[in-house]
Amino acid sequence: MLELLITYAPKFFDGALMTLKLTFISVSIAALLSLPLAILRRSKNSALQLPIRLFVSFFRGTPLLAQLFLVYYGSGQFRLELTDLGLWWFFRDPLYCALFTFTLNSTAYQIEILRGALQAVSSGEIEAAVAIGMTRRLIYQKIILPHAYRIAFPALGNEVILMLKGGAIASVITLMDLMGRTRQAFSQTFDISVYFWAALFYLLITSAFVVAWRLLERRLTRHIDYHGVNNLPSTSSATMTGLNNAS
Amino acid sequence: MQWYEYLSYGSTGWGDELLSGLVITLSLAAVTLPLGLALGLAVAAASVSSSKAARWGALGFTTVIRGLPELLSLFLIYHGVGMLINNTLKWLNPEADFFELSPFVAGVIALGLVFAGYAAEVLRGAWQALDRGQSEAGLSIGMSKLQVFFHIERPQILRLALPGLGNLWINLIKDTALVSVIALSDLMRMANIAVGSTKKPFLFFLTVCLMYWVICIGCEFCIAKMERRANRGIRTL
Amino acid sequence: MNKHISALALSLLLSVIPFSGVNAAEKTIRIGTEGAYPPFNFFNADGKLAGFDVELAQALCDKMQTKCTFVAQDWDGIIPALLAGKYDVIVASMFITEKRKLKVDFSDPYQKSAMTFVIGKDSTLTDFSPEGMDGKIIGAQGSTTQGDFLNALYPNSDIRLYPTQDAVNLDLISGRIDAQVGDMIPMLDWTKKSTDGNCCTLAGEPITDPKYVGDGVGMALRQEDDELRLKLNEALAAVIADGTYKKINDKFFSVNILTLQ
Repeated sequence: MLELLITYAPKFFDGALMTLKLTFISVSIAALLSLPLAILRRSKNSALQLPIRLFVSFFRGTPLLAQLFLVYYGSGQFRLELTDLGLWWFFRDPLYCALFTFTLNSTAYQIEILRGALQAVSSGEIEAAVAIGMTRRLIYQKIILPHAYRIAFPALGNEVILMLKGGAIASVITLMDLMGRTRQAFSQTFDISVYFWAALFYLLITSAFVVAWRLLERRLTRHIDYHGVNNLPSTSSATMTGLNNAS
Repeated sequence: MQWYEYLSYGSTGWGDELLSGLVITLSLAAVTLPLGLALGLAVAAASVSSSKAARWGALGFTTVIRGLPELLSLFLIYHGVGMLINNTLKWLNPEADFFELSPFVAGVIALGLVFAGYAAEVLRGAWQALDRGQSEAGLSIGMSKLQVFFHIERPQILRLALPGLGNLWINLIKDTALVSVIALSDLMRMANIAVGSTKKPFLFFLTVCLMYWVICIGCEFCIAKMERRANRGIRTL
Repeated sequence: MNKHISALALSLLLSVIPFSGVNAAEKTIRIGTEGAYPPFNFFNADGKLAGFDVELAQALCDKMQTKCTFVAQDWDGIIPALLAGKYDVIVASMFITEKRKLKVDFSDPYQKSAMTFVIGKDSTLTDFSPEGMDGKIIGAQGSTTQGDFLNALYPNSDIRLYPTQDAVNLDLISGRIDAQVGDMIPMLDWTKKSTDGNCCTLAGEPITDPKYVGDGVGMALRQEDDELRLKLNEALAAVIADGTYKKINDKFFSVNILTLQ
C-alpha cells in the first residue's frame, strides 16, 4: 500500500494542486460577482430581479456534471460562431471551461447565501444610520456589508467545501485533478487502496480548510462580545452542512 | 434531422431512451431517500445519546462523509465493497459465483450514506432546538416517553428539519447524475450515449439540464407546500 | 446485537453459495463489452448493444451452442470487472499486450491491430514524430494502449485523456485537440463512413510497434478459464472457416480486419 503511495505521490500532488486551483479561482471570482448580483436580486424592479432568479434557480436546480458537459461539449458544437465572436480560444481550453462552469455555479449559490445574509441585517441599525444622515453608499460600506458578511461567513466556507468536492468531476473533461489522477492510478494498478489514499487526501484538505476558516472567523469577529455572538448563526458543525448552502 | 426528431420516440429518436434514463434516475433517488433518512435518524440519535462511543462514532461518520467528494464515495463503494464481498465469498467457497454489486445498488448505498451524513446533522439540529419544557410538561401530566416523542417531539422535529431535508432531497436528485460515471444507464448516461451517436452535445445536454431543472422546481414547490402544512400551527408575525 | 448481525450476515452469505453449483451446470456465458466504441460495440437508438464485437460474439456462441448474455462496462473498469467475475470474457476489441497478459489471458487474435494519428482535414500537420508534435495537443481515450503510447513517447505534447472514444472524436471535430491517436480500424471506419467523421482524416504512418499495439486484438479471459478459452478459439476458427466471420466483417467494414488487407 505504501509502495503505491510512493510511486504515485508526485501525480497525486499534481492532482491536488489542480483541485485547489479549480476550487479557489472559481470561488474567488464568484465572490466578486455575487455581491452586486445579490444586491440587485433584492431590488423591487422585476426586470432586474427575474433574470437573476432564473440564473440562480437553473444553476442550483441542475447537476454540476450536466452543466460542465453542456459548457464543454456544447460549446464545441458552436466552434465557428464562437471563433467569429473571438471567444473560441476561451472555450477551447478545458481548464477555462471548468473554471467558467464552476464560477457560474458557485456564483448562484453565493448569491443565495448573501441574499439571506443581507435580509438578516437588523433593520434597526440601518434606520439608525439613516437617522444620523449617513449616505446610502456609506451605510452599505460601514453597516450592511460588514454585518452581512459576518452572518454569511460560515455558509460561504461551506460553499468552498462543496465546490472542492463537486469539482471532483473535472476529469470527465480531461483535467487531471486529484480524482482524475486517482482514477488513472486505479486503471493502471486495479488496486483499490488508491481510492483510500485519495479519500485521505480529500479529508486532509477539507479538514484543514474547515479549521482555517474557523480561525479566520474567530479573528474577524474578535471584537464582538458574548451577546453579539449570540445573535450570529451558530458556527457549530451544523452550519457546515447542506443546511445553509442551499436554503 | 430537426432537433425535435432527435428527441422523438422510436428507433431513430432518443426520447424514449432519455425517458428510460429518467425512470432510473427517479427510482434511484426514491429508493435512496428512505434508507438514507433511516440511517440519518440513527446517526442523529447516536450523536445525542449519552454514550460517548456513540457520539464519537456519529461525529466520525458525518465528518468523513461530508469531507469526501460524492464521486469518490461512489467509487469507493462500487469498486471497494464489490471487491470485498467477492473476496469474502471466494474465501468461504472458492467455487462461489460472482456476486454482482450492481451500479444501482452501489449508487443507493453511496448516495444513501451521503444523504445520511447530512441528514443526521439536520435532524440533530432540529432535536436540539426543541423546547425541553414541553417534553417535561408531557411527562409530568403522565404521558409515556413514547407518547411524548410521538405527539410532542416528532411533529416539531419534522417542522424544524423540513427545510434542511428538502434541500438534501434536491441535492440527492442532482447527485444521482454521478452514477452515470459508474455505468448506470440513468438520465445523464443516456444523454452521453445519445451525444456519442448523434454528435449533438448542446441539444442533449441542454435537454437533460432542463429535465433536471423541471424536476427540482417541482420538488421545491412540493416542499414549500409541506412546509406550509407543517407550520400551520405556528403564529407568524 | 452484534452477534445477531454477524450470524445473519453469515447465513446470508452461506445461502448464496449453494446456487453456484446449480449455475455451473447450465452456464450461460456472460460477455463484457464497452458499448461506446462504434462500430465495434455501441448502443443503437433502441438502447441495445450492437456492433462487430457483439455480432461476432453472438456467432461464436451459436457455434458453441451456448446461451450468451451481454454486459456493458466502462472501459476503465473492464478488466477489474472480469477479474471480479462480473462476466466471463471481454469482447471489446482489446489489444493483446504484455501488460494486460499479466492480469488476463487472451484468445487467438480476431482482428489485426494498428494505431493511427487522425487530424482535421484542414490541419497542416505532417510530422507526427515526437519532435514534430512538440507543444501540440493530442487526444486519446484514457486507460488504453494509445494513452500508454502517447505518455511514453510524446512527453512534450499536451496529452488529453478522455473517458470514451466518442468524446475524443467530439473534440477532434470541434478542433479542441490538434490530433488524436486511435485504433486503425475504428478510425478508418469513422473517417470514411460516418457523416461527422468526414471532418477528419488518417495521417502519418500506421503505428505497429508491438510494444504498444501487441499481437492483435483478442478476447480476454480470467487466467484460470482455460477451458472456455480453448472452446472460443475453436469456435473462432470455425466461424472464420465457414464464412460467417467474413459476412459480419463485410457488414461493418470495407477491409478485412483480420488481415487489414
